[in-house]
Amino acid sequence: MTTANKEVNELIKREYEHGFVTDIEVDTFEPGLNEDVITRLSEIKKEPQFMLEWRLKAYRRWLEMEEPDWAHLGYERIDYNDISYYSAPKRKEDMPQSLDEVDPELLKTYERLGIPLHEHAKLAGVAVDAVFDSVSVATTFKEPLAKAGVIFCSISEAVRDYPELVQKYLGTVVPHTDNFFAGLNAAVFSDGTFVYVPKGVRCPMELSTYFRINAANTGQFERTLIIADEGSYVSYLEGCTAPMRDENQLHAAVVELIALDDAEIKYSTVQNWYPGDENGKGGIYNFVTKRAACIGKNSKVSWTQVETGSAITWKYPSCILRGEGSVGEFYSVALTHNYQQADTGTKMIHLGKNTTSTIISKGISAGKSSNVYRGLVKFGPRAEGARNFTECDSLLIGDQCGAHTFPYIESLNKSAIVEHEATTSKVSDEQMFLCRQRGIDMERAVSMIVNGFCKDVFKELPMEFAVEAGKLLEVSLEGSVG
Amino acid sequence: MLSIKNLHASVEGKEILKGINLEIKAGEVHAIMGPNGSGKSTLAQVLAGNDAFEVTSGSVTMHGEDLLEKATEERARDGVFLAFQYPVEIPGVSNLQFMRTSVNAMRHHRGESEMNAAEFMKMAREISKQVDLDPAFLKRGVNEGFSGGEKKRNEIMQALMLQPKLAILDETDSGLDIDALKVVSDGVNALRAEDRAILMVTHYQRLLDHIVPDFVHVLAEGKIVKSGGRELALELEERGYAWLGIKDDETAASSALSNSAN
Ligand SMILES: Nc1ncnc2c1ncn2[C@@H]1O[C@H](COP(=O)(O)OP(=O)(O)O)[C@@H](O)[C@H]1O
Ligand SMILES: [Mg+2]
Repeated sequence: MTTANKEVNELIKREYEHGFVTDIEVDTFEPGLNEDVITRLSEIKKEPQFMLEWRLKAYRRWLEMEEPDWAHLGYERIDYNDISYYSAPKRKEDMPQSLDEVDPELLKTYERLGIPLHEHAKLAGVAVDAVFDSVSVATTFKEPLAKAGVIFCSISEAVRDYPELVQKYLGTVVPHTDNFFAGLNAAVFSDGTFVYVPKGVRCPMELSTYFRINAANTGQFERTLIIADEGSYVSYLEGCTAPMRDENQLHAAVVELIALDDAEIKYSTVQNWYPGDENGKGGIYNFVTKRAACIGKNSKVSWTQVETGSAITWKYPSCILRGEGSVGEFYSVALTHNYQQADTGTKMIHLGKNTTSTIISKGISAGKSSNVYRGLVKFGPRAEGARNFTECDSLLIGDQCGAHTFPYIESLNKSAIVEHEATTSKVSDEQMFLCRQRGIDMERAVSMIVNGFCKDVFKELPMEFAVEAGKLLEVSLEGSVG
Repeated sequence: MLSIKNLHASVEGKEILKGINLEIKAGEVHAIMGPNGSGKSTLAQVLAGNDAFEVTSGSVTMHGEDLLEKATEERARDGVFLAFQYPVEIPGVSNLQFMRTSVNAMRHHRGESEMNAAEFMKMAREISKQVDLDPAFLKRGVNEGFSGGEKKRNEIMQALMLQPKLAILDETDSGLDIDALKVVSDGVNALRAEDRAILMVTHYQRLLDHIVPDFVHVLAEGKIVKSGGRELALELEERGYAWLGIKDDETAASSALSNSAN
């Protein structure tokens, strides 16, 4: 290791900023998973019968499923009976009727997380739905959204208030049979977000959800369903944090997006779950299934993600491009350091004519971390004139980390065109020396170099979050110069 | 201002600098000449603090302070500037952002407030004109896709922005056509000041037609073998390094239009 690298390693040792535990009274289930637990969960949420049946069916199937081990990851097997499947802040009333009724401790938590529930939210013009452990706590900006006809609420509310929409679309993109974690989520999902944008409506503001895992030994299984009806547009952002705990915590979310004719959904994620300490102890296991169905003609879905947290990330936001001329995009920055492991990428499934997709993936590895891009681009027999462009770039900081790229291409249509570019580079000693010679300290230098590397992805984020993402990278890289 | 005493330095266990002695006063311009591989860049890099090079013995002081014990960025903030022979690219980081971060790091060190974007932009535009660079290049990635000449002008531009105490210019003349050489030389001459020292490394004497040095030193195999005034460079051009018993793969006289300097 060169001297510069050693110093860089020193710098990578950073503290997790959001690692505080909130001291509030909670209702929590005993750890364990069985049909009774699922029934109680469904009862607490006052779900209609169809929902309970849907959950139980998923659960029974899940019992027969095997946990996948093909990802480029190593972790100890999870005992699913050690996890509690429901944790909610205690409330006097059934549900808070307004923000004023939300536990002030909880609001303070959000403030410390930098979540602008009151003024900031207004300034930024962001409607925030905050999910704390298992339940959705508050949704702001319901009124202006309602005026535009946009439904933006917790999925629990949607199950009760819009059962037809939920029943029509839930599980159509990610069926419970899809994979082990999707099966588990379908059985026990606790809360999440629901968005419906009606025909021809351009959602008047950015929608946003913040997730936070607080209680110990709790799994978080949120479920998000977004439907963009014909000719509509919506941009949605989710942010995630969790306190520092020595035990690993499980996060197994499912996100389903549905875009009808000429509709567009922009889905951005800034994921900063607790990554574990510098020795690899603790941290979130983030096993997520995200998928979009572009069923309409000329529909479009963009996934943009900035992933800096979690001990393990297992995540492949994908697009099924069924509608003629539909467009799928995936822009990703995944940063790992210390002992973090990330296996992430996308699947672009081209089924319709003239469908196009773009994949830009930027992987940054520091410390002893491992960062994998795994992508599939598939062209079905009817995907005449379909096209994909893929660019996968890896940046290494130091010489103890790893980056791997696994791009898979399957084509059943001769007219389909794929372009693929891949690079691996290092934050070089020469670059560091140049910056330092100009008076810039090492931490600043690394963060500047990394931000430059990510530029093509950051420019896809909504403006106010692009700045945040840049800052987040800076924090995540503290102690990472190596 | 700068005092180098018996400086020895090696890279990968191989000794490159074998006892350099040099005194530079404020206001002076010194030229270091010598054939390829004689250790000119090594001297420049060691002064700037590149830790790929190991100082094995000797001392360097600047304004009476031990320079060698300071980290690269501290030296820079104390006014050491190195114009690189081979400036490296930093993809995706705009030149503007890079320079502004640099200028503000220096200002912060001096206890001054940061320059805002508008102020900075104004200064950057003016100086870019001074070195004949289209302001549009400020938006491009640092050295990304710059031509050889643009890279050199960019280095001089940064020196002009940072106003260092000691400017070390490593082969800032190489790869330049006559017009660009004029622009770069004008830039360097603009840097000349009472309270500033300039150490110019060059393989050829042609730069010295434009920037007249106070002293010329000839470096060979890690040692300064001869020092003199302006006339030493001219004599070298006429008679070649062989005159001093130095081996060189090219003769100095063929240098006037060469752009393959190392
Ligand atoms: N990073 C390095 N690794 C190994 N050898 C080096 C390195 N830098 C310079 N050298 C060697 O040191 C000697 C002097 O090089 P340099 O200082 O670049 O000479 P000059 O600038 O006078 O042409 C050469 O023999 C060169 O090969
Ligand atoms: Mg050289």
